[in-house]
Amino acid sequence: MLKNLRVTTSKYIDKTSRVSFKFNGKAYFGYKGDTLASALLANDVHLVGRSFKYHRPRGIMTSGSEEPNAIVQVNNNTALTEPNVRATELEIYHGLEATSQNCWPSVNFDIGGINNFLSPLLPAGFYYKTFMWPANFWEKYEYVIRHSAGLGKSPTEPDPDIYDHKYIHCDVLVIGAGISGIMAAKTAAKNNLKTLLLDEKNEIGGSTIFQNSKHVKINDQNSSTWLENEIKELRNIENLEIKTRTSVAAYHGYNYLLARENLTDHLPKNEKNKKIRQRLLKIRAKKVIVATGSLERPLVFNNNDRPGIMLSSAVKKYADYYGVATGQKNIFFTNNDTAYESAISLNKKGIKVEAIIDIREQSNTAFTKEAEDLGIKVYRSYTVVNTEGYKKINKITIMELSSNGQSFANQEKIELDCDCLAITGGWTPAVHLFTQSGGKLKFREKDQVFIPDLYPSDQISIGSSNGDFELDDIIKNSTKSLKEFLNIKETEFDNLEINCPKDKEIRNIWLLPSDKVLGKTKPFVDYQNDATAKDIKLALREGFKSIEHVKRYTTTGMGTDQGKLGNMHALGIIADTAGIKVGELGTTTFRPPYTPLTFGTMVGRNVGEYFDAFRRTPMNDWHIENKAEFENVGQWKRAWYYPKKDETMHDAVQRESKAARYSAGILDASTLGKIDIQGTDSSEFLNRVYTNAWSKLAIGKCRYGLMLNEDGMVYDDGVTTRLDENHYIMTTTTGGAANVLSKLEDYLQTEWPELDVYLSSVTDHYATASVCGPNSKKILNKIIPDLDLSDESFPHMSFKNAKIDNIKCRVMRISFTGEHSYEINVQANFGKSIWEKCMDAGQEFKITPYGTETMHLLRAEKGFIIVGQDTDGTMTPIDLQMDWIVSKKKYDFIGKRSLYRSDTMKEDRKQLVGLITDNPSEVLEEGAQIVANTNATPVAMLGHVTSSYYSPNLNKSIALAVVRGGKNMMGQKLIIAMENKNINVTIVDPVFFDKENVRLNA
Amino acid sequence: MFLITCPFCGEREQSEFKAGGEAHIERPKQPTELSDDEWAEYLFMRKNIKGVQFERWNHAHGCRKWFNMIRDTSNDTIKAVYKMGEKPPVK
Ligand SMILES: [Zn+2]
Repeated sequence: MLKNLRVTTSKYIDKTSRVSFKFNGKAYFGYKGDTLASALLANDVHLVGRSFKYHRPRGIMTSGSEEPNAIVQVNNNTALTEPNVRATELEIYHGLEATSQNCWPSVNFDIGGINNFLSPLLPAGFYYKTFMWPANFWEKYEYVIRHSAGLGKSPTEPDPDIYDHKYIHCDVLVIGAGISGIMAAKTAAKNNLKTLLLDEKNEIGGSTIFQNSKHVKINDQNSSTWLENEIKELRNIENLEIKTRTSVAAYHGYNYLLARENLTDHLPKNEKNKKIRQRLLKIRAKKVIVATGSLERPLVFNNNDRPGIMLSSAVKKYADYYGVATGQKNIFFTNNDTAYESAISLNKKGIKVEAIIDIREQSNTAFTKEAEDLGIKVYRSYTVVNTEGYKKINKITIMELSSNGQSFANQEKIELDCDCLAITGGWTPAVHLFTQSGGKLKFREKDQVFIPDLYPSDQISIGSSNGDFELDDIIKNSTKSLKEFLNIKETEFDNLEINCPKDKEIRNIWLLPSDKVLGKTKPFVDYQNDATAKDIKLALREGFKSIEHVKRYTTTGMGTDQGKLGNMHALGIIADTAGIKVGELGTTTFRPPYTPLTFGTMVGRNVGEYFDAFRRTPMNDWHIENKAEFENVGQWKRAWYYPKKDETMHDAVQRESKAARYSAGILDASTLGKIDIQGTDSSEFLNRVYTNAWSKLAIGKCRYGLMLNEDGMVYDDGVTTRLDENHYIMTTTTGGAANVLSKLEDYLQTEWPELDVYLSSVTDHYATASVCGPNSKKILNKIIPDLDLSDESFPHMSFKNAKIDNIKCRVMRISFTGEHSYEINVQANFGKSIWEKCMDAGQEFKITPYGTETMHLLRAEKGFIIVGQDTDGTMTPIDLQMDWIVSKKKYDFIGKRSLYRSDTMKEDRKQLVGLITDNPSEVLEEGAQIVANTNATPVAMLGHVTSSYYSPNLNKSIALAVVRGGKNMMGQKLIIAMENKNINVTIVDPVFFDKENVRLNA
Repeated sequence: MFLITCPFCGEREQSEFKAGGEAHIERPKQPTELSDDEWAEYLFMRKNIKGVQFERWNHAHGCRKWFNMIRDTSNDTIKAVYKMGEKPPVK
């Protein structure tokens, strides 16, 4: 039978606008303005999920973002589904479908519930203890854990929604639009400061907006009426922007904050389309005012987690704001006055309040008196020792406390029937954002709260997030702080007349006593992660002392709610047990995000092809037209190989390699880094950055250079050409270009500012076509007939300026393949036409375009290294058997001294060698480990394969590898140990092909 | 995320900059004269202070200039920025 518990009207609920939705497959309706939680409660649905570990039935506890239990999966579409949504924040809309999380097969019957009866077997640290051994069982454990745990399901398809990022700069950012936030925003904006006011809820006004007590007045008006008028004025103030449904996720240093603005989640399904769903606001504020309010604390007692047990403030909000009765027989359980205020409000709406259980011995404020005048039964100095009711609470047992609050005055037990138990343990300032920003807290003994103490940036906390809980304190202290903070003389709130009950007392007992031993009770501290007071005490007994360790061991505060409700109780129980003060214990670190963020919000528009920038060469279109496959090299898209018809990669690479060696090949080398070096000290500069000598390089000549880090390890390599007396062009590896420039700039600016040298990156300014092979000279001759290509005039490692038609170009005769070859460099926008000219001219020689894979194969045949593939930042030139390039004569160059350190001079360092396989058709895997003896335990790892190919020109498998002491192991047999077999290899010289370099001059 | 005042460009977001480690470590003029220990001191040893630290920063996505910064690493306060070769303005 469906009950309707919508008992009163509310201006925030539009009863003319019915909204139908589904929860766990069942249809319900609510009204525009409802959250999923308020709509479910109006339909008398409390049970919304199961707890994480014991699978205990759990109900809605709160009315806000701190909700630990009512966590739902929204939408069952595989692309749009979203886990971990708090029903207390989710506004209902037409077509909403939500399901409980963490309960299979259904919320009313689930197999995991058996854990509740097995709970003695599931103590703190259970997962660590139980699933550790034996190690090879882990796969089985993992299956069980993953199946029964897991908070919700991830979408399995790309998210079709649109997300956005926006930068905002403001003078003053106010976080939280409760009464103090509204006062702050108004004051700032009226003082000509560009102000942004954010609130996570759909309406501003905080809890004051539904305050209705006759004891709480501002200027003789009901405080809610007063605030409504303030809000009306607020809407017309210039300089002020208000954003609702906007939750600040992170508060970083220098007043940089990230907030999530929710734009369409509350809209009916058919209105969501093509709109931006959520926007990440990147806010840089000159000043920040934190007015994030406070969170009500629960009480920790046996079985304090049943559906129907809710925070007192939530019960009040559901009644006053949503017009929903959370129960028909309500009992309040409290340690402070706010429960009385809530009980009075319910009573006046005709919602029955059976009793108030108060652990305090007395309280004589206007609230307590009014409650008693209304005839509400109050049990003073009593505590709840047990609750009953499986799917919803139906009974509580109370006992009278002794005066110290740790035991009982007598053994008498009173049972009371109820269908809702509203609990309150006082208030915790929401200091999460303050501490995220680096703020330091102090502990206030009086009411046991952590409040802001030292601010790390230009910010203040005001209102209850600063520990002011009473209306007069909030207004007076906020006004005073604002004047100092904004440096203004007066505000319009200076002379408000405020009435509110004072002298409220709070009695703090972190863990309420029970008639049973602790081991037989379930006093939950962290509802979402099922951590009880018992778990915390066990952790302490097992020797955990640091709060951070206890947190991890018991998983307290590690759920998606970050333990917003129970963290203080965890601290309190640890402090009490260890016999220290909470203030001495300190608190755990609050980390962003305050509430979960979607990945969509984080990445914004940077999805698909916009995920990262990519770079294309001027010849890119030609490669696409000619069916090239591409590979990513850093951000570059490089032609990888050009398959013909049914060719595999292997086939294509074999064909391309042969063509390049026996007729002509052409490679797009535009991605190589190019740095233009000018200045009178350029030669000296190159002397200092490369290992070899540069002073005597003649104009028009090219030289290969190896660049080291100061630690002696190879950093980059490439050919540099002397274009003129004081002008060089350096090439770098494709991936290293930016870092090389940055490193060179560093030395120039910081170590050698006296050198007259200027560096410019010109990588994107030139396109480079590399034509190689025995017919390359003939092709060049066709396109540049007036260039003398004779060896005498244009030998290997030299350069000429030339013109192709009217296009100026630089031609270098250099080779990375071991073949006679030319690199033609032209202004980038002529790249494609020059490339096409080469293709036309080469047609009669069957010129073959080849990609990076063939380039790698050809250079491996020659034993040329690729920095970053055959080196990994631990290889010196000596390790690479490249001693020839290290000048002995130069007094200094970057990295020189390190080559003589005892460690870099060791004989048994890993050194570059060639490998050939016993079976010439067996191609090794790059990265495969090399060993000498597979019988030893442990097997000594001698090194690994760095490059490996099947060489079509040698008709056998070849590889480069780094092997410990490899230099002195020529001819030695080693083993490549693979998963299913051992491959026998022999160490050889890394130059496999044309050792005499006759082809370069052919 | 810091706001850093580049001595050449003015105030910019941290994302435009690259940190370059401890400042005022001069590359030895005559490395070959140094013992292994002395060279290792230059090459590897860094103070990594909790507190006021002198650092090198590069306006990598701006003017590309290197400069020095005095930063309190315990709270990320930037005390000063100054050009390469200049004396630190504060202690
Ligand atoms: Zn700059």
